[in-house]
Amino acid sequence: MLDTPSAPRSERRPPEQREVRIVSARSSLAHRFGELWRTRELLFHLTRSDIKVKYKNSALGLLWSMVSPLMQLAIFWLVFGFILKNGYQHFVVFLFAGLIAWNFFSGSLNTSTGIIVERAGIVKKVAFPREILALSTVAAQIFYFCMQAVAMAVILVALQSAPDWALMWLLVPAMAALLVLASGFSVLLSALNVRLRDMRHLIEVAMQLWFWLTPIVYPYEKLAPHLGWLKWLYLCNPMTPIVLTFQRVLYPNIVVASTNYPPNLPKTLPVLPTWSPATYAGLDCVILVVGLALFVFAEWVFGRLEGNFAEEL
Amino acid sequence: MGVPAVEVQHVSKHFRLLSERHSSVKDRLIHPRRSSYSDLAALEDVDFSVGAGETVGIIGKNGSGKSTLLKCVCGVLQPTSGQVLVRGSLAGLLELGAGFQIELSGRDNIYLNGSMLGLSHKEVERAFDDIVEFSELGQFIDTQVKFYSSGMYVRLGFAIAVNVDPDVLVIDEVLAVGDEQFQSKCLERIRTFQEEGRTILFVSHNAEQIRAICDRAVVLESGKMLADASPGEAVRAFRESLGESLATDELGAPNRQFRAVKNVEILGMDVVGGARLHTGDPLHFRVGLKTNDAVAAKLVLEIHKLNGELLVRTDPDAPDAHVDIPSGECVVTVDAGNFDVLDGAYQVNVGIVGPSGTVIYDWKECAASIEVTYEGRASGTLAMAPKVAVEPRPS
Repeated sequence: MLDTPSAPRSERRPPEQREVRIVSARSSLAHRFGELWRTRELLFHLTRSDIKVKYKNSALGLLWSMVSPLMQLAIFWLVFGFILKNGYQHFVVFLFAGLIAWNFFSGSLNTSTGIIVERAGIVKKVAFPREILALSTVAAQIFYFCMQAVAMAVILVALQSAPDWALMWLLVPAMAALLVLASGFSVLLSALNVRLRDMRHLIEVAMQLWFWLTPIVYPYEKLAPHLGWLKWLYLCNPMTPIVLTFQRVLYPNIVVASTNYPPNLPKTLPVLPTWSPATYAGLDCVILVVGLALFVFAEWVFGRLEGNFAEEL
Repeated sequence: MGVPAVEVQHVSKHFRLLSERHSSVKDRLIHPRRSSYSDLAALEDVDFSVGAGETVGIIGKNGSGKSTLLKCVCGVLQPTSGQVLVRGSLAGLLELGAGFQIELSGRDNIYLNGSMLGLSHKEVERAFDDIVEFSELGQFIDTQVKFYSSGMYVRLGFAIAVNVDPDVLVIDEVLAVGDEQFQSKCLERIRTFQEEGRTILFVSHNAEQIRAICDRAVVLESGKMLADASPGEAVRAFRESLGESLATDELGAPNRQFRAVKNVEILGMDVVGGARLHTGDPLHFRVGLKTNDAVAAKLVLEIHKLNGELLVRTDPDAPDAHVDIPSGECVVTVDAGNFDVLDGAYQVNVGIVGPSGTVIYDWKECAASIEVTYEGRASGTLAMAPKVAVEPRPS
């Protein structure tokens, strides 16, 4: 029972008019970006299948993606807000504002570093721009970010703590910077990990250190005044301005009232630098530009290393 | 022929075989320069082009660089030097079902795999029904792929790839899988592809398939291009390279008899009574052989049509295939019985193989040709004269 051959879906163009693809040892950056743009639908399908596969056959399904960040949130709140009594009102909102940005970043890097090695099967057999694999892990984090944003909204409503609506727009440059930065690091690290397999473990450790170097569980103003000239170095951490922006928007005040629970606390506590919104936006834009430069560099490195992927895996 | 669809321009691919791997940061710090590696040339200056609408086969032994070449064409590997130019869209079938997510359903995998092969969402939607029909999965399309049998898996992979609607299709020995019915279905689809004027690059170590499908074939041996010729010529070159290297393998063997064996040479072959026959005429060959030492061997005949379709390859294990070749030159006669085929031209290949039937001592492609004339009006290949009679109806 042979099926009747279906008619070709598109009229065959004469070969002179067809697009020419060149496979050679060196491909230009412009060519890379072009290919990347052409295969953008693959990014969507890969991301969707990644998310689907991750929670397939589990009873709670996607809810699991919330469990880990909420658990982390609960622990930090318990330790710093409750046991150590740091006295910040609605401390849980402050924590979550920073964590939500951080989780996106660390989630991207931790999963993307090993992705090329993990998906060796396709990398060795199918031709497509391989950085799509790294980018799809970042795209999956966007999804988890949205889930956490819903949780954030629930917490805000429950605590009756309003974000600073007037500054909401600041999240746009902050989000853009975060996305580009995470993509740049992901592409770079995924390529390096093929050659140097311990990159993965290195990243796991580095991310822990990086977490504490970023003002997430402690307010920026608590540390910055004691740093002196080191403050500039501290601000060089690209995650700092991004996290600060998230906190500025979602945890509305530069200075907050203390819970006054330990009686020795002053009436108000400083949280965030007294920068104007424009400064926040400006810093985010600087990170965005740095992130873009990193992404281009990462693509270049990826292109140099990609030729050997199929051999080294 | 117009503009070629695929141009392989002086492509070389070298692999570094590290004698010691330093793939951790620690090792990299200790050995800043990689110590010793040997260079393996998987491809060396391979240069040919495939015209639009042409089907070109690539044959070679295992490790001759066939797959490396295809990977370079597909873009999975980048050549060390030289470049490959591909005009139009390309679908590579390096492995059926590569990139399937076994946890997902067949439906999801069609979309995932389709986009991996370069289709847009809309194009997959349009091809979806064709894919499901071709893969014969039917209701199982919404089952997770991990529950598929290996046959279903392969069928789905092939169905997606051939429905990608590519200008150039690259196939790597994937036709060796699946049951016979599915194989013939795949071959059928390849023929439609040819009729539609698509370009096909096809790897196989099955000489028959190459002859049956391809317009031309490229022979690779240890990364070098041995021949780029018509399928018949290429298969001959391939067989010769095979025989030659088998003989060289045996050179070092201490057994004297083995060394002598490689000297068997087929001098020539002719059809007794001339090459023009009528249907049903007896077919006799005379094969001239030369050897330094007497040897026991077997004779194999292959007869095929000019289009490459194989009529018969005789069984080397048949009792009458045995031949004791005396030293020096001799003539062996072969009685092939009556040649009951209809009109047409046929080519004969002859081979002398070892007693086990696996070692080729010598092989001659197109050693003789036969032309058969037939006076009747039957069509097909096999000559048959059915005798019809009426039998009284049983009461």
